[in-house]
Amino acid sequence: MLEKALHGSWRYWLWMAFLLFLVGVGFFAYVRQFTYGLGLTGMSRDVTWGLYISQFTFLVGVAASGVMVAIPYYLHDFKTFGKIVILGEFLAVASIVMAVLFVFVDLGQPTRVLNVLLYPTPHSIMFWDICVLSGYLLLNIVIGWTVLGAEKKGFAPPRWTRVLTIVSIPWAISIHTVTAFLYAGIPGKDYWLTAIMAARFLSSAFASGPALLIIICLVLRRLSSFKVENSAVQALAKIVLYAFIVNVFFFILEVFTAFYSGVPGHQASLLYLFAGLDGHDNLVFFMWAATVLAFLGIVLLLVPKLRRNPVVLPIALLAVFAACWLDKGLGLILGGFVPNSFEGVVEYLPSANELMVVCGVFGLGMLIMSVLYKIVISVRRAHEGDAH
Amino acid sequence: MRELSTSGPGDTGMARRDFVTSGIVILAAGMAGLGGTGALVGCTQVALSDKSAVVADEAAEAGHWGLVIDVAKLNAEGNFGRIKAACHQKHNVPLIHDAKTEVKWIWAESFEHSFIDLENTYMNKSIKDLEFPMLCNHCENPVCVRVCPTQATFQRPDGIVDMDYHRCIGCRFCMTGCPFNARSLNFYDPRPYIGEVDPGYPTRTKGVVEKCNFCVERLKQGLAPYCVEESNGSFVFGDLDDPGSDVRKALETGFSIRRRVSLGTGPSVYYLVEGGEPDA
Repeated sequence: MLEKALHGSWRYWLWMAFLLFLVGVGFFAYVRQFTYGLGLTGMSRDVTWGLYISQFTFLVGVAASGVMVAIPYYLHDFKTFGKIVILGEFLAVASIVMAVLFVFVDLGQPTRVLNVLLYPTPHSIMFWDICVLSGYLLLNIVIGWTVLGAEKKGFAPPRWTRVLTIVSIPWAISIHTVTAFLYAGIPGKDYWLTAIMAARFLSSAFASGPALLIIICLVLRRLSSFKVENSAVQALAKIVLYAFIVNVFFFILEVFTAFYSGVPGHQASLLYLFAGLDGHDNLVFFMWAATVLAFLGIVLLLVPKLRRNPVVLPIALLAVFAACWLDKGLGLILGGFVPNSFEGVVEYLPSANELMVVCGVFGLGMLIMSVLYKIVISVRRAHEGDAH
Repeated sequence: MRELSTSGPGDTGMARRDFVTSGIVILAAGMAGLGGTGALVGCTQVALSDKSAVVADEAAEAGHWGLVIDVAKLNAEGNFGRIKAACHQKHNVPLIHDAKTEVKWIWAESFEHSFIDLENTYMNKSIKDLEFPMLCNHCENPVCVRVCPTQATFQRPDGIVDMDYHRCIGCRFCMTGCPFNARSLNFYDPRPYIGEVDPGYPTRTKGVVEKCNFCVERLKQGLAPYCVEESNGSFVFGDLDDPGSDVRKALETGFSIRRRVSLGTGPSVYYLVEGGEPDA
């Protein structure tokens, strides 16, 4: 089926060339980092994780969000999602590949990465994260590829794929739960040391992932022969809305506990993020932007008339996606490092080289996604052509 | 437990086996092209004991190694700079003048910064002005060991949290987990930042994490850590499990505190704040 990715319009090839360019830029920057060391990034003794790990965290969420399509379709026989369920699975594949790559480029000694498998360490959450992530990647590749292959031949997919899809549902929950546990079990990082971290991760994922999926479907509807039905878009948009409301609610719970209790450690990171601490306020603008976008997104999705408006809907979804990214792909990880254990504030600013690596990883992820989506669309077009 | 020995200033004796060891060091250094400097450093690693030279040759053992720092005495002596220099030089810690990427095993902070939950506005000025040495706490329940995905950081049976620099993948989970900021990453090749390489301890490569190791390489020879040796008695090192040990005796003499105990990591570094010495 892969050969279907080799036939496309000039627009398709232009897009692929652009993505390859991004990959090239990222590769060049990574070679520099590999040669010199992590000193080429903006990370420090105090802010030990930066954009790489925060993107990893955010993308695991996007990957997990495939279940928001899979649960209605596979468990409740909600046929409306029939056409997009495979897009959710392939989005998960691309997201996991990006997430794992972000961990890889974050390593100080990348050539030793297999030590994680050579010395399996069950008391490290990182070990479990690698286990569940690779399992989830495999599940989605196998399920997506087999189901698509059956569709190509005009058969129903084999029965065992149904078993795998059922397995993949709790598995998806597990990947983001375990990723939250990377943070939620660290004493001394008060912003992360919260029992609802995994719940926050999941709610944020179930808002941002499907929001992205709808946006992709809408783009494909414009540019390709893949025409997503409005009923599917609207049903998914409601899922985005409620997941996002839960996410905002969870965040407000954190704010209440921090400020009503008055415990300084629990307030410090939130103060840093929303007001600045000791004159350091790099993230204040972004956090307030996230707040505004969050409420904008909720209002636009909550009012049925606005949600059904074809111009308003993408804006609402972009607002939700951006708010989730600013909260989890930026503030959550960086805010956790402030203040440091001496109550000092050391800020982090990504370096240009680091940003280039980030672009490269995103480029590769989008390249994988584009190839997979291209195959899906070509298979379906050929199939529909036969039927007529 | 074997007695620990420290070589005081002016002592020049040398144990027989150490002399042989030094010879090997000289030989090895010579072959490695390091020449005379390496040999000189090799000779300074002299073991001395008030009992017999042989004791110093055998590894010092303990149920739980701990360090007690008499802060008042340390500040009165004013020799922290020498302690830090000895530790960093002997362990080939690079000297990097960038707070974001520096590597450090031991350094000083004020009370306000080291004991963030004990500090208050009206604190006695003499306490406020004290320098508190910061180093790895060799916790009883070390977070770094718990989170390390390769066991490159591990806890020895004697409580010391040690590292395998060759296994570390540089993921920095340990740095994120450590509630004491005691760990440093080599953000780039550290070797250009090492003044004179001491062949007694390996240099590190870029991309690996490092920290204080309670001088495991010295304990193996029956020697006390460098900081203890340089401290003129303000650093006391010994077995916390042994009621008769020097550390336990030191803890009897006054009021001691540890950093961030509410986190449950159980630091093995104790700070005697007052009353360590009658005249302090």
